[in-house]
Amino acid sequence: MAEPMGFFTDTTVCIGCKACEVACKEWNQLPATGGGVNTLSGDSYDNTRRLDGQTWRHVKFIEQFDESRQQSRWLMMSDVCKHCVQAGCLEVCPTGAIIRTEFDTVVIQSDVCNGCRACISACPFGVIDINPVNGTAMKCTLCYDRMQAGLTPACAQACPTQSIQFGPISELRARAEARVQQLHEQGETRAYIYGDESILGGLNSFYLLVDEPEVYGLPSNPKLPSRNTAPAASLSAAGAAALGLLGLVSLRKRRMDRLAADRKVAATEEGGESDA
Amino acid sequence: MPDTFFTEAPHWQWWIIWYFFIGGIGGGSYAIAALLHIFGEPEDRPIVRLGYYIALPSIIVSGILLTLDLTRPERFYHMLVQSKTFVPAFKYWSPMSVGSWGITLFGLFAFLSTVGALAETGRLPWSGLSRLNQGTLGLVINLAGGLCGFFVAGYTGVLLSVTNRPLWSDTPLLGLLFLLSAFSTAAALLLLVGRRRAQPESLEWLSQIDSWALILELVVLGAVILSVGTVVAREVLFNAWGVLLLVGVVLAGILVPLLLHWRPRLLGAASPLGAAALVLLGGFILRVVMLLSSEAV
Ligand code: SF4
Repeated sequence: MAEPMGFFTDTTVCIGCKACEVACKEWNQLPATGGGVNTLSGDSYDNTRRLDGQTWRHVKFIEQFDESRQQSRWLMMSDVCKHCVQAGCLEVCPTGAIIRTEFDTVVIQSDVCNGCRACISACPFGVIDINPVNGTAMKCTLCYDRMQAGLTPACAQACPTQSIQFGPISELRARAEARVQQLHEQGETRAYIYGDESILGGLNSFYLLVDEPEVYGLPSNPKLPSRNTAPAASLSAAGAAALGLLGLVSLRKRRMDRLAADRKVAATEEGGESDA
Repeated sequence: MPDTFFTEAPHWQWWIIWYFFIGGIGGGSYAIAALLHIFGEPEDRPIVRLGYYIALPSIIVSGILLTLDLTRPERFYHMLVQSKTFVPAFKYWSPMSVGSWGITLFGLFAFLSTVGALAETGRLPWSGLSRLNQGTLGLVINLAGGLCGFFVAGYTGVLLSVTNRPLWSDTPLLGLLFLLSAFSTAAALLLLVGRRRAQPESLEWLSQIDSWALILELVVLGAVILSVGTVVAREVLFNAWGVLLLVGVVLAGILVPLLLHWRPRLLGAASPLGAAALVLLGGFILRVVMLLSSEAV
């Protein structure tokens, strides 16, 4: 197995140019959303809005204004599949279409996927969706094809500010730590890493953020769907056992009652005879 | 915000509600038939056979509905075998995978029992086939089929819980809830369809266990609401869906039928029919609310 590879995205230097979105679409030959007709979201300069089957990179704009609209802050974050070390999508996929590659990334094989959509609701980050062009679930592959040829993924290649950095995870982690250190020294004490080993065994696409995860639309404590499998299955099995037992007991009781009634009838008949 | 609110809805089609409902009835009918086959009396046979007759078409329709819900329906067999090698594919930790196998096996047992029942009543020319419902063979088929029936009735709720969606994954109780509801709706349908051909003893027993299932269902439904936590309950159910749940499921689908079981003369001769129809309606609405209220978030 090759070394685990991934992205480190430093959101503090993202300028929201969306070069990564475009590069991703070009390399992966993803069509423009809505046939290229631009629709405006109406409440943000972010008109991409979300990741989906045809949008594997999404530069989120978090536009914060106070009541008077004097104070403002713009946060930008290029969102993508997190290539979780413990991936919810991979667990629930029934067909084996979702695989872990030699680079420790998570890839959906679209020739295997049959579109059951279990992965969509399993991903803790809402990354996956169906691509209407081919009817299968799709998401970022971390440019598996480029990586196999020793190339940098298209988005990281195109990023002009090095907000998106690509490389071996160990190297990226060290780089991220140094950057957090640097920001802390410069007075940006809110800087921290989202996606270390405490989250789903580590996100192979992790982030440097300067506010709560929720502000960026990220869950603070994402979990695996399988946390519920054993309890839910055991409770259901217990229910089935209870119903089975209920059936057994009630049917036995019915038989006993009937036998008792029959005996009573027989007894009264006998009694009647002896009276006569 | 709870972590489940950052995820995407799978947008399973509306006919998946029908699958949850029909599949549940199919599994529940077979489970009841198996119970009566193993522990019941000869005069319960009409209900036993009816249970098989409901189970088989239900599971066929379920398979069709599920296949149609795939965005690539022609690849439905990828659920069971690997697409290139055709080696069986089974992931015991994936509810969708286990469910596909469960449905397939259940279909097999429902088919065998149905054939046996048709032979038993002389509707098939080969009377030897009635052995499928007799002796050790009948016992084995009914045991295995009954277990599969319970599985089909309950795994759909487990499947919803093994996601990261609001409501569904915020409680481990949906499988149990769906199982109980499947059992009660199946008993109701058997009562409704079987009332002409079955013995009064069988019908009385059906209405008894239906009551028990309804009571358990009510308790578990309460536990579901408590277990999801206030934020989820407020965001997902404090709206029209919650009202529908209260009126359609709790009141019309559980409490009124229970009352009718308890005081059968309330509506005169129509009481058992009314109760059964309401249980079926409530079971359907339960699935509507559980599926759509979460998808609406
Ligand atoms: S972020 Fe979602 S889609 Fe990407 S690997 Fe993790 S669970 Fe799968």
